[in-house]
Parts: sequence; C-alpha cells; structure tokens
Amino acid sequence: MDMRTPLAKVRGLGSAKSGTEHFWRVRTTAVVLVPLTLFYIVFLIAHAGAPYEVVVAALVNPFVCVITALTIVASIVHMQLGMEEIIQDYIHSEGLKVALLLLNAFFSLFIGGLCLFAALKIAFAG
Amino acid sequence: MSNVTNGRPLSPHLQIYKFVPTMAMSIVHRITGGALYFGTILVAAWLVAAASGKESFDWVNAIYGSFLGQLVLFGYTWAMIHHLLGGLRHIAWDLGYGFEKHFANKLARLSVISSAALTVLVWIAILIVR
Ligand code: HEM
Ligand code: HEM
Repeated sequence: MDMRTPLAKVRGLGSAKSGTEHFWRVRTTAVVLVPLTLFYIVFLIAHAGAPYEVVVAALVNPFVCVITALTIVASIVHMQLGMEEIIQDYIHSEGLKVALLLLNAFFSLFIGGLCLFAALKIAFAG
Repeated sequence: MSNVTNGRPLSPHLQIYKFVPTMAMSIVHRITGGALYFGTILVAAWLVAAASGKESFDWVNAIYGSFLGQLVLFGYTWAMIHHLLGGLRHIAWDLGYGFEKHFANKLARLSVISSAALTVLVWIAILIVR
C-alpha cells in the first residue's frame, strides 16, 4: 500500500524533504572544482616559495584573481556540504549535531570571506 | 536507548567483512576531504598574508618553507590529488560506470599509486621551478 499523498509524489522529495539537492550540489561543485584545482596546482608549482613581489604580481592579474575567487567559492560550498554529511553520519546526539553544523557553516563562511577579501584586496589595492 | 532495535538483530560490525581496496578508498576519500577542509586554513593564511604586506608574507613563507611546513604542504598536495582522483571515480559511479568488482578494486589500487606518483611529480616540478 502506498501511503504517500499525490502532492508528495509529484514533488518527489522523499522523507528528508530535500530530494537529491544535497547530493547534486556536492557533484556540481566537484565537477567545477576539477579544472579549478588543476589550474591551481599548476599555479602553486610556479609560485610556491616565491618572494612577496612575485606572488602579489601574479595575484593582481585579473585572470588569476577571478580563478582564485571561483576556486574559493566552489571549494567553500563543496567543503561545507561535505562536512555536513560527515557530521550527520557520525554525530548522533541532536544538540551536538546542531552545534557542529552551525560551527561548520560559520567556519566555511568565515574562511571563504577571508580568502575572497584577501584576493580582492590584492587585485584592487596591491 | 533501551532496546532501540526492538529485539531485531543488528547488522554485523565492520571487522567481520573481508578487507577490499574499495573500502579503504572510501574512507580515504572521506579523510582527504576532511583534511582539505582544514587545509583551507593554510590557503587562507597564505592569501591574507599576501594581502597584508611583505612583512607578514615573508613570515608565512618562512613557516611554509621550513621542514615541517614543507611536510604539511606535501601531505596537502597528496590529499588534494587523491581526493580529486577519488572524486572522479565517484562521479563515474554516479553516471553508472565502473561497478564491476575486479575493475573497481583495480581502480582503487590505481588511485593510490597514481596519486602518490603525481604528488611526487608535482613536487619535483616545484623544486625544479624554484
Ligand atoms: C578537486 C576536485 C574535487 C572533487 C572532484 C571532489 C569530489 C568529491 C565527491 C564526489 C564527494 C562525495 C563523496 C561521497 O559521496 O562519499 C566529495 C566529498 C567531500 N569533499 Fe570533495 N572534491 C574535490 C575537492 C574538494 C576540496 C577542495 C575540498 C575541501 C576544501 C573537499 C572536501 C570534501 C569533503 C569534506 C567531502 C565529504 C567527504 C565524505 O562525505 O566522505 N573536496 N568530494
Ligand atoms: C572498513 C570498512 C568500512 C569503512 C572504512 C566505511 C566507511 C564509510 C564511509 C567513509 C562512508 C561515507 C562515504 C562514502 O559513501 O564513500 C560510508 C558509507 C556507508 N557505509 Fe561504510 N564503510 C565500511 C564498511 C561498510 C560495511 C561493511 C557496510 C555494510 C554493512 C557499510 C555500509 C555503509 C552504508 C549503508 C553507507 C551509506 C551511509 C549513508 O549514506 O548515510 N560500510 N562508509
């Protein structure tokens, strides 16, 4: 016997009420991250240990700045979702789980904001 | 937590299963994901230092250039490359490819070997460029 209402069937979002949204966003950000991280590995090969002037000159380049910003944004979304899944899998007490999920959101936003601000400051103000 | 299973049997715990490479790679993907999560602090410190001026950048550069710093960055590079390859494997599975048992195990072994080899190559390239 099917207990679901016709509306629930049409929405197709299941018992978690969000369907495959979380799964899908992890995959889309992962696909986006493949070329971005490949670019970044090459960038880091060229600049690891380089002096201040060289690194800043590289980050001032608009192309590098935009790629840096995109890498940050995609990483932050992907890593927050990924850590969410880890927390939900392993933390079973409701209070601690909510606290860690909030901490995860704050940490991700904070690190993302910090990186974005730094990248933009270098690009615009040196 | 009294009798949450209503007397039904629990599924056996992990140690009863035969070890297979795909199992190891499943947990390594999660561990590298977690490592990359905290590794973004390293990226943030580097970018913020570069944005703050020469003095703070030289300071961070010196830490990253130390033996311990290089070791951590080497590990970070491996985690990144391994997670990337593991992620590609996941996406292939999500598209419905690569489930055949022997192939999946071969791919799991291959991803450790190739991530290690690629990490060493990347670091050789870094040392040459430097
Ligand atoms: C290089 C490109 C990347 C690809 C292709 C990729 C791919 C994936 C995929 C497919 C998953 C889901 C695995 C599963 O369902 O168990 C995942 C999980 C995860 N990723 Fe990534 N990822 C990438 C980069 C990153 C980066 C840069 C970070 C962190 C800054 C990160 C952090 C995580 C975390 C924390 C998880 C959760 C692990 C889990 O649930 O087992 N990933 N990644
Ligand atoms: C050493 C052995 C194992 C390790 C290290 C391990 C680790 C993991 C990890 C990291 C995940 C989430 C990431 C992913 O899907 O790739 C996972 C998911 C899962 N594992 Fe395992 N696992 C092991 C063995 C098993 C066994 C033997 C079973 C079945 C009895 C099992 C059942 C599951 C299920 C059902 C999920 C999905 C959970 C969910 O999506 O909420 N695992 N495991």
